[in-house]
Amino acid sequence: MQRTSDAAELAAIAKRMRGTAIQMITEAGSGHPGGSLSAADIVVTLFFDVLRHDPENPHWPDRDRFILSKGHCCPILYAVMAECGYCPKDKLMTLRKLGSIYQGHPDVRFLPALEASTGSLGQGLSLGIGMAEGQRLDNRPSRTYVVLGDGEIQEGQVWESAMFAPFRGVDNVVAIVDYNKIQLDGFVKDIMDLEPLAAKWTSFGWHVIQIDGHDIGALQRAFAEASQVKGKPSCIIANTIKGKGVSFMENNPKFHGTAPTREECARALQELG
Amino acid sequence: MPVKTKYELPMGAATREAFGKALVEVGRMNPNVVALDADLSKSTYTAAFAKEFPGRFFECGIAEMNMLAIGSGLASAGKIPFASTFSVFALNKGFEQMRVTAAFPNVNLKVVGTHSGISIGEDGPSQMSVEDLSLACSLPGFTVLCPADELAMIELVKLAAAHVGPVFIRAGRPKVPRIYEADQQFTIGQSIELMPGSDVTLIATGLLVAESIRAAEKLQAEGISARVVDFHTIKPLDRDAIVRAARETGAIVVAEEHLADGGLGVRVAQVVAETHPAPMEFVGIQNTYAESATPEQLIDKYGLLARDVAAAARRVVSRKR
Repeated sequence: MQRTSDAAELAAIAKRMRGTAIQMITEAGSGHPGGSLSAADIVVTLFFDVLRHDPENPHWPDRDRFILSKGHCCPILYAVMAECGYCPKDKLMTLRKLGSIYQGHPDVRFLPALEASTGSLGQGLSLGIGMAEGQRLDNRPSRTYVVLGDGEIQEGQVWESAMFAPFRGVDNVVAIVDYNKIQLDGFVKDIMDLEPLAAKWTSFGWHVIQIDGHDIGALQRAFAEASQVKGKPSCIIANTIKGKGVSFMENNPKFHGTAPTREECARALQELG
Repeated sequence: MPVKTKYELPMGAATREAFGKALVEVGRMNPNVVALDADLSKSTYTAAFAKEFPGRFFECGIAEMNMLAIGSGLASAGKIPFASTFSVFALNKGFEQMRVTAAFPNVNLKVVGTHSGISIGEDGPSQMSVEDLSLACSLPGFTVLCPADELAMIELVKLAAAHVGPVFIRAGRPKVPRIYEADQQFTIGQSIELMPGSDVTLIATGLLVAESIRAAEKLQAEGISARVVDFHTIKPLDRDAIVRAARETGAIVVAEEHLADGGLGVRVAQVVAETHPAPMEFVGIQNTYAESATPEQLIDKYGLLARDVAAAARRVVSRKR
């Protein structure tokens, strides 16, 4: 697979992956475009630059783990995994269709290269911390990265796990909050405000790094910084834009969980070049 | 005068205590075995494991949802995690985690629920797990075990550790009579016939196994020949034993310390209806929550004694054509 640390190249890949995700959701006729687009730069930077992984050997015990806890945004993950060579690119457009390996939410039964089946919000961070603890017991170099939605962290279990990891000094897990400020019913601040978000994670004992989640260089620096933090876990609060990259989807709650029409898809692909 | 038989049952340890002992044993046999608890390790007896293997023990605090999903994460990293708490909290607070992180992806998580049923006693209904078998059995891929005594628990914990896939094991708080001798062989999914009989079969699990043995002795004195079968595995169900019971004895009583709705009884009835319809009676808790009292008082008041099993057997025998 292609690996690069070049920010411009990663940005170009992310743009392409956004287009693929939009096409997949359009073909499916349902899905979650807004959060797929907001997470694109995070997922691409991890898979093409940061993660120790090998698509030829998906169950390599020393690999880093990636969990998309906000499982509804799986189109971007599928697009990226297919680009890496984990799964067929030519089947991406079967998303959500009968028999497809690309299920509506990540499902390890259909796509064993996934680290976890997710979709019920709030559970991915616990899973990731459990995996990280397993790696520590075996003295493996692996790190676990968990992408959480901002609305997702309204779930109580997230804070159970947030209490657990610093208490045990789990420093091989990184939580990334895709802070795109929008959830299904509207703006997060109007539904159940998370602020002061950084202070919450800090007070729970996490090393908090706040960045622009669409700045590839900032993402790279944040992952590098997190890997140097010892004795505590790191939380990267990635300030993102829901629907990033498609003008009429940006900051538009409608595109949290609505598929674009074919016409909208065409316009989106034009914007994404 | 009670009939003295070889089935006179000496008192043994609580199944939760046996679990704690077995966990240390499997921990010694396999370094991949790890344990998790939610601030109840003195009650679930995982404290012994924690003492011997501190690095392999995860105290999760009073946070069952996180504990179960951490367990699934550990399983995904190749560990064999036993997560334990009171059964009521594992199944009621952690059901979603058991579903999404263990059942659905078929992850090798072992959940041990202690203090099950109403025999926890004085703590009262908020701590009493009377729906756990029903909930656990509803999860595709889960193996559900309910040992009747300490030896059964020890052997079934060993089998659970060797089994690949999610398992729920039900344990109780009080000391229980010893049913088995040390040479007894156990196989997941295979019930054990404890007493032969031709007029009725008493299918029992957990605490009600001993009561059913006592019931069979009473019935014997009345001229009713009752077969007693221990269903230590609730799922997968031993269909062959059920079919044999229906065909050979023509009447079945199912006895369990669980709500009669949704427990072992309805699962057995499903097989009987599908294969060899026969009259059945059910001994269990009837559509209610119990209350605070001693375990003995509750077992009496809520109808889970040998007396109640025997009465059900007489009813079902009288219904035979």
